[in-house]
Amino acid sequence: MMPSRLSAMLKRWQLGRRAVIALPLVWLTLFFLLPFVLVLKISLSEAAIAVPPYGALVEYVDQTLNIALNLGNYLFLASDSLYVAAYWGSLKTAFIATLVCLLIGYPMAYAMARTSARWQMILLLLVMLPSWTSFLIRIYAWMGILGNSGLLNNLLLGLGLIDAPLRMMNTQFAVIIGIVYAYLPFMVLPLYAHLTRLDNALLEAASDLGSRKLNTFIKVTLPLSMGGIIAGSMLVFIPAVGEFVIPELLGGPDTLMIGKVLWEEFFNNRDWPVASALAMVMLLLLLIPIVWFHRYQSREFNE
Amino acid sequence: MSLARPRIRFTSVMLVMGLLFLYVPMLVLVVYSFNASKLVTVWSGFSTQWYGELFRDEQILSAIWMSLRIAFFSASMAVCLGTIAAFVMTRYGRFRGKTALSTMVTAPLVMPEVITGLSLLLLFVQMAQITGWPADRGMMTIWIAHTTFCSAYVAVVVASRLREIDLSIEEAAMDLGSPPMKTFFWVTLPIISPALAAGWLLAFTLSLDDLVIASFVSGPGANTLPMVVFSSVRMGVSPKINALATLIILTVSLATLVAWYVMRRNEAKRKQLLKATAD
Repeated sequence: MMPSRLSAMLKRWQLGRRAVIALPLVWLTLFFLLPFVLVLKISLSEAAIAVPPYGALVEYVDQTLNIALNLGNYLFLASDSLYVAAYWGSLKTAFIATLVCLLIGYPMAYAMARTSARWQMILLLLVMLPSWTSFLIRIYAWMGILGNSGLLNNLLLGLGLIDAPLRMMNTQFAVIIGIVYAYLPFMVLPLYAHLTRLDNALLEAASDLGSRKLNTFIKVTLPLSMGGIIAGSMLVFIPAVGEFVIPELLGGPDTLMIGKVLWEEFFNNRDWPVASALAMVMLLLLLIPIVWFHRYQSREFNE
Repeated sequence: MSLARPRIRFTSVMLVMGLLFLYVPMLVLVVYSFNASKLVTVWSGFSTQWYGELFRDEQILSAIWMSLRIAFFSASMAVCLGTIAAFVMTRYGRFRGKTALSTMVTAPLVMPEVITGLSLLLLFVQMAQITGWPADRGMMTIWIAHTTFCSAYVAVVVASRLREIDLSIEEAAMDLGSPPMKTFFWVTLPIISPALAAGWLLAFTLSLDDLVIASFVSGPGANTLPMVVFSSVRMGVSPKINALATLIILTVSLATLVAWYVMRRNEAKRKQLLKATAD
């Protein structure tokens, strides 16, 4: 091949390469990154009775550039105990739910990874199938179960275990059950992926060297499945902190969660700047878990 | 390990209990969809009247149609974008903007929906102010929002498949003079097509299921199925929703069964082929 033709071809490939890279990069920058910049911008503006309901940050009036940065929304969040309580409530509820998910999900994933290849496939489908149906409807199912005259109370009353119906609906308990139920598959999946990759020879070696089962578990299995534990926990914890549907349907007045507060601030109070500030603070709180998850995930990409 | 006498393992018990926990509530939904009484918790005889009412509900039917259309277009676009992103991430080595791209591809997986929804709405409002587009929000804006977060899921599914396959096949094609574009469409794409199908299906169900993001970016008049179900469920339990739930569970189960069957048949075929070439 002529060198000039070759270099022309290489140049064309280079151009094509750039275009291919640009496509997802531009789309995501426009529809994922830029929106966050706007949230930050609007969180710094003042609420106004206008369409859209916020004031301008940068104004060009009488040949002077006025930049009005307004930290008032953030100060407002800090001064109102409702918001602080909502953040705290979200973090606490999400943390407990993640822990419960891990305690249920780990033995499940472990048992799955120990079965034959054919069973693994079937069990994996069985675990994932609920998450493909409908999130909303799966939460709705618990409304009929946990209610005062719901199935669980009827069952317990029928068995004579309780005399009066327990109040389970609209409590923190119901919210945690809802989160665990909705997000359990996302905990099991990465755990299973890690545990099934685990080399049996390592466990046998440990056992041959006289290590007890519990000791082997703590020193070999657990460290080797750490990636799965982190990924699974983050896949549950981060969305759970911002959860709206579950506290709205299963929670009550005493289960304050930030996702629900943000929703109400936006849709009911139409206070876009405060809603934006709420989102920014939530993002800040979740930054460390998100970075953690991303580190793990990009390692998976580059492996 | 194989010498251990058959006994009930703690982990197996937990697996069964976990699966019961996942399936009993859905079973309850299905059973009570056939209840004659309007009260969802009291059984008063078998009836299919709620299915009849469901199919007469114009609002639900039109919402189903709208959701299906949005999910179809979002999944299709997400597969294109997500596959390109996955290909770039796994095959292009180092390039400028790689960190930015990998961050933007994985972040939507865990981003709380309220944040994504709010931020996209603010973008659309701002864009409408500056460029006059989108003049009103509805199917188009939901499609953009769904495509964006679904393409992240597609990218993860496709990237894991791209990492698994043998690079030497693509290299062989390139060595024989096939340009990159041709290699991608004639060699890489056929190999990863199962992952594309899986990614499309995942994106389709995610889009169909989304309530929060759609509620933010939708405008008046554009109601997706989750939005209609949510406003009904907020008022309390209703057997009509149980009937809808049963149909959804049935559809997803059937689709999963078919996918599983196809997968197993392909696997068997591949094994046979391997055996034939070995002989």
